[in-house]
Amino acid sequence: MAEVWRPPRRLVWRIGEVVETRHATPRTKSLLLDVPGWEGHKAGQHVDVRLTAEDGYQAQRSYSIASAPEERGVELVVERLDDGEVSPYLTDELRTGDSLELRGPIGGWFVWEAKDGGPLFLVAGGSGIAPLMAMIRHRAVMAMIRHRAAAGSEAPSRLLYSSRSREDIIFADELDHLAASDGSLEVVHTLTRSQPPGWTGYARRIDDEMLAEVAPSPEQRPLVFVCGPTPLVESVATTLVGLGHDAGRIKTERFGPTGG
Amino acid sequence: MDERRLDGNAAGGLLGEVFVFETTTAEGACDRCGTVAHVGQQMAYISDIGTVVRCASCDNALIRVTQNPRGYFLDLRGVSYLRFEGSP
Repeated sequence: MAEVWRPPRRLVWRIGEVVETRHATPRTKSLLLDVPGWEGHKAGQHVDVRLTAEDGYQAQRSYSIASAPEERGVELVVERLDDGEVSPYLTDELRTGDSLELRGPIGGWFVWEAKDGGPLFLVAGGSGIAPLMAMIRHRAVMAMIRHRAAAGSEAPSRLLYSSRSREDIIFADELDHLAASDGSLEVVHTLTRSQPPGWTGYARRIDDEMLAEVAPSPEQRPLVFVCGPTPLVESVATTLVGLGHDAGRIKTERFGPTGG
Repeated sequence: MDERRLDGNAAGGLLGEVFVFETTTAEGACDRCGTVAHVGQQMAYISDIGTVVRCASCDNALIRVTQNPRGYFLDLRGVSYLRFEGSP
């Protein structure tokens, strides 16, 4: 299907309606928004959310979109930061039916579309999974469409995902399910703070040795997307370049030291 | 002041209010060191008063943009050019 050409236009602030809130993990919530006028997004893009206090004070933060372009609505994952200006409101106060001001979709740089191919190597820290989840979901939808029409091979993909504990893994069930039903998707977890009994996976922060073991070889020329807290993103990107990966194929999305 | 150092991608929102073209995939040439890179690859410093995109190679301030009741202020002195993808 040919893409419909749309004249470029400026971004505007829109009002979205919360249609569902879900507890993703003890520290994160997932918000599903219906945004009138939304023209669709690409996997990896983000939105800016703006809160306005009664006295006019405004605070603004960026949140990555976790839903696939093919899904209805816009799903955001919000990590609650105790001293944050925005996230406690989003996780604790916001209810179904409430309105939220946002602009987007934003960014054409940290984006993956099925036609970009692979192999894909995705590295997430905590709620950094959100834009990568959009890519994984997009890939799964495209695989389904293609397999229905004709046999096709999907870009082999590997996700390395760092969480504090098993309870903190966002989208844990869905990732398990997708990896089990799709031989070309591999999910590798590392749990940095606590591990359940019998855990045989990685149990430390992502380091050079782990990346050397898990990353596809540089010869495979993977497209790499790294999203998470700034220190994680910077150390992963630096290590991958050191391992011989092409810096031009590594895209990063820092959440900043605190997020907010 | 609350200032966050992020990827150039994070500047896409405010820049998207000014430019009709996608800015994070636009290429900018640093006026100081000559490095040419996509805006999304540069560093963005985001605060309540505005956004500064800095060269990832030499830290030169490439783009400054702010929005206040008087309008949008855009300072592009740090880039010798910006190249946007697109056709008329």
